[in-house]
Amino acid sequence: MNPEKVLYAFTIVLAMTLNFGFFFGEINEPSHHHVYELYAAIFVNIVATILKFGDRTQIGAVLLASSLVSIIQLVGAAVVWGIAMYVSDTGMTDSIMASIVSLSGGALLANLVSVVLLVIETVTLKR
Amino acid sequence: MNMVLFLILRRMRAPLLALSLVYSVATLGLTIIPGMDDQGNPWHMDFFHAFYFVSFMGTTIGFGEIPYPFTDAQRLWALVFIYITVATWIYAIGTVLSLLQNETLRRAGTEYQFRQSVRSLREPFFVICGYGDSGGRLVDSLERRNIHAVVVEIRQERIDALILGDYTMQIPRLCGDASDPQNLILAGIESPFCAGVVALTDQNQVNLHIAITSRVLNPDAKVICRAEAHYIEANMASFGTDCIIDPFDTFAQRLSLALDNPCLFLLDSMLRDNPGWSTLEAANVAEGRWVLCGYGRLGEAIHKIFAKKGVDVTVVEPYLDRVGGLANYVIGLGTEAHTLNEANIAGAVGVVAGTDNDSNNLSIIVTAKEINPDLFTVVRQSNHFNRRLFEKAEVNIVMASSTVVASKIKTLLVNPMVDDFLSLAHAQSEEWADALNHRLNDLTPDDRPPVIWELSIIEQDAHALVTALDRELSIKLQYLLADHTDRSNELSTIALLHDSNDGSFILPSGETTLEWGDRLLFVGTGQSRSMMAWTLQNETALEYVMNGTVAPQSTLGKLLFAN
Repeated sequence: MNPEKVLYAFTIVLAMTLNFGFFFGEINEPSHHHVYELYAAIFVNIVATILKFGDRTQIGAVLLASSLVSIIQLVGAAVVWGIAMYVSDTGMTDSIMASIVSLSGGALLANLVSVVLLVIETVTLKR
Repeated sequence: MNMVLFLILRRMRAPLLALSLVYSVATLGLTIIPGMDDQGNPWHMDFFHAFYFVSFMGTTIGFGEIPYPFTDAQRLWALVFIYITVATWIYAIGTVLSLLQNETLRRAGTEYQFRQSVRSLREPFFVICGYGDSGGRLVDSLERRNIHAVVVEIRQERIDALILGDYTMQIPRLCGDASDPQNLILAGIESPFCAGVVALTDQNQVNLHIAITSRVLNPDAKVICRAEAHYIEANMASFGTDCIIDPFDTFAQRLSLALDNPCLFLLDSMLRDNPGWSTLEAANVAEGRWVLCGYGRLGEAIHKIFAKKGVDVTVVEPYLDRVGGLANYVIGLGTEAHTLNEANIAGAVGVVAGTDNDSNNLSIIVTAKEINPDLFTVVRQSNHFNRRLFEKAEVNIVMASSTVVASKIKTLLVNPMVDDFLSLAHAQSEEWADALNHRLNDLTPDDRPPVIWELSIIEQDAHALVTALDRELSIKLQYLLADHTDRSNELSTIALLHDSNDGSFILPSGETTLEWGDRLLFVGTGQSRSMMAWTLQNETALEYVMNGTVAPQSTLGKLLFAN
């Protein structure tokens, strides 16, 4: 058992579950989507990306790419949230919430890809 | 480069994880800890402001407590995390700095740089292994003629000397062992632009290894090697090394030429070494006995040449086992008068100081001259730094092995036709050589060394000429030697060799007709070279030197001046 692989599997699955938790609910209903969950999803995704730094394998490169995609989507969602709340005068509306959640939905897809790749890698390991 | 990047990223994992962990905990804490707004109502900091605060706190910029003054609980949290974030930053920056210091990484970095600069060479280049005295001279002269060189040298201080050298071209260099094929591959030995490999290291075995490596990896590249032992030379020759240079044999041959045909020797030195050559004079040597001090590799080579010519030689050598088999020897260094007297220096015509110690050699020459001022002196110079001493010592011939090797290779690489010319010239008489020496001397009135260059009659080098040949005009050599601004003047240029389908002709006359693909060797001033380039490339200039007039070029001109 490789502790590095365990840590990575843990992180990427956690990233996906947190992301799912934030994403789950009515798309335009602010009370269904908690900011702490988004925050935790961003943090865990960053950790998952850093863990793939310097991985020279092909699958490692693809995992790094998909984590980067989910970070971009989630940070995008956070930036939209911050701008809506503090920069523009609109405050939180249904449509802004919907776009935040759909951004996180994209990130969830990227996380899903990561997890699928991880499963494939594990299955191909003949040990 | 990939390896370097991966290494950096891998090493940066821990500090980056630490940084993101500390930042996220600090931000999270600020959003959880209750605060108070300006009206005294309970208030929770949002992520936006929390992250903003943590960002400037972590980098110790410190814009203050925003948006509202902190409660003591928030201050306590900030107090703890100021120290934690600063410590984490120091850890991260320290890791980056130690990565930059890392020897493996720096080595990988310089190798990467080297490979990139070799790859970016899009012109023929030579790989020079060994940047010692002769390697340095070779790189100098290649660079002066705008030919690219790539240097592989094992000693860092020589690489430093190369970096500090005053070169206008960038010379890629690698500090590494040239006997490692990996380093030669890095140096671009497999590149289609690699024109040749020159092995000039101090080690015979390394030179041999370089020769065989280049033969295997790039059979098209010229391989030129220095070798100082005959069995190594035989080995190199066995797999087709293009040129093997033994500095001692080469010098012995040159010495023999100097003694037999002083004028030819002078011509040879002028064309090979290209010094400010009005200072050179052909020296005639009387027939008689020679004293040879030092019977090492050089001494042996010279002794062999003398024996072939039937010249009497007295050898002076401190080690009996080296000279035991010779007919005529004296045991001793030769630096003291009594040893030289024992060798009867007073009755000799010449002395060769051929030990491997420069100060001993100088001492031999000075002592011998005191006893017999009429001696012809030949001295071996091992160390490049003693150049000035030997220049001042009024010696007839100085043999510096680095110069001998460098000038021979230089001719081979830069002007291979000079070698053809000289081998043809060796069949000529002394008077012929003397006359040519005088013509060469008169070429350049000042001390500026003349330029030697080769010309191939091909489209790229002689556009106008090739166009004229296509129109079936007969081109004579004298056209090229005429001044294109006033054709009654001749350029200060001598055509040395004409290489055509019918064979090679030495000192071709002006009436020689040129054909496509012919090659010519010229010597002359730098100015005359650029003047000739005009005639070669510009159709109007060529027309003028051929006919003395220029036909109108424009449509209007043709109408007006048609006759």
